[in-house]
Amino acid sequence: MPQIELAGKKYEVDEDGFLQELDKWNEEFAQAYAHTEDIEGTLTEEHWKLINYLRNYYQQFGIAPMIRKICKDLGIDMKKLYELFPTGPAKGACKLAGLSKPTGCV
Amino acid sequence: MAKSDTPLLDELEKGKWPSFVKDMKQAAQKSPMAEDLLRQLELSYKDKIGHWKHGGIVGVKGYGAGVIGRYSDRPDLFPNVQAFHTMRVNHPTGWFYKTDALRNLCDVWDKHGSSLTNMHGATGDVILLGTKTEHLQSCFDDLSAAGFDLGGSGSALRTPSACVGPGRCEWACVDSLDVCYNLTMHYQDKMHRPMFPYKFKIKVSACANDCVASIARSDFSVIGTWKGDIQINQKEVLAYAVSAINIQTEVCDLCPTKCMEWNGKELKIYNEDCTRCMHCINLMSKALRPGKERGATILVGGKAPIVQGALLSWVIVPFMKLEPPYTELKDLIDRIQDWWDEHGKSRERLGELITRLGMRVFLRAVGLPAVPQMVKAPRTNPYVFFWPEEIQKEVK
Repeated sequence: MPQIELAGKKYEVDEDGFLQELDKWNEEFAQAYAHTEDIEGTLTEEHWKLINYLRNYYQQFGIAPMIRKICKDLGIDMKKLYELFPTGPAKGACKLAGLSKPTGCV
Repeated sequence: MAKSDTPLLDELEKGKWPSFVKDMKQAAQKSPMAEDLLRQLELSYKDKIGHWKHGGIVGVKGYGAGVIGRYSDRPDLFPNVQAFHTMRVNHPTGWFYKTDALRNLCDVWDKHGSSLTNMHGATGDVILLGTKTEHLQSCFDDLSAAGFDLGGSGSALRTPSACVGPGRCEWACVDSLDVCYNLTMHYQDKMHRPMFPYKFKIKVSACANDCVASIARSDFSVIGTWKGDIQINQKEVLAYAVSAINIQTEVCDLCPTKCMEWNGKELKIYNEDCTRCMHCINLMSKALRPGKERGATILVGGKAPIVQGALLSWVIVPFMKLEPPYTELKDLIDRIQDWWDEHGKSRERLGELITRLGMRVFLRAVGLPAVPQMVKAPRTNPYVFFWPEEIQKEVK
């Protein structure tokens, strides 16, 4: 299992970089990991709003929410989602939020 | 003679037909990825199990679709396919290329990937098989510079696809190429940035021969058709009778609605009974032509069996004129996608949602009237039921 070191701590991730030990997630992890998902600088309030929403939903239901639900609940559109997370909600946002890798069809 | 590393795959080279093993061996001469791929496939045949891990999320900047992550579950044995991602490239509508475009495409793939391609699979896209994560963005940049873009994957609008239509076929009732290209450009956002419960496919066939099999393979099928009478040239009908075919047994008797009569001199068509299936026109293409008023039938709900069983699309608009900019068509697609996106469960295709909630609910939601052409299986129980408010109590 690959390991990454962020802000002085080591984390186990899968080959796509998704956190394997979900309980090890913390805000420093998200901030230090952000640059790998094409996010420059410090995570903004809008980033955190989405990250916290994803984490709460995941803790409640055990899966990542559908995109339409994210947009509706947070009052944002797809354009805004990709502005915040240029690699997309499934890859970028879920990864920083410490969710397990979303499954989907090809 | 040296013993082959791939005895099971070698079996697939025997026979007169083309073999993907032969192609992969050729690629393996210069590509270590192709070589490891062959060896992993041999192991899969031996173990009777695929050696790819399930899923993988990789991509390029700004896109949530177009790249499918693949990882070997035996990187210890096959290090060159540890990562072996697929890139889906939007094909030119109707699959018309100039050779220099194809050469460019192959050069890009030789530089960044395994050099293996699949042209064209069920999606219609150019499938570029096998690259590493660190090559994705640079490969995408090179593809863009060569004039190509990625196609759809995952829970997105998939790359729309069309038959060659008027590009090569004189029986095309609609310009399938233009419809497909126009929709592709209009729906870029929905294709590159997945937002739906599951995949959504649009395929356009220019006539009922349905050369892209849109009725079986797409959630939204556009199939060219006509209104009015089939055009007949009786002189040519006679020529067929004399030289080529038995009109009674091969044309009239095989007509699905038996709407034709042949008296040995003249062919009579009862157009009111014709379902415009193209059978007679296919057999006597010099004698018969589609009617003059052309358009398309719109069908929804087709899919292959994955979560639930296979469905064929069924008619929701019997006839729609299709002329640029196709506003009526796009409005209908938007209404359908909006309803499906709102009500669909995760991994529920449009056809499955209509089956679950009922055609009556679907028609009301997208604002379409129930018409007889929608009846899927005539003379069985109707599936369109009255709304309670439509039933008036009999007052004595």
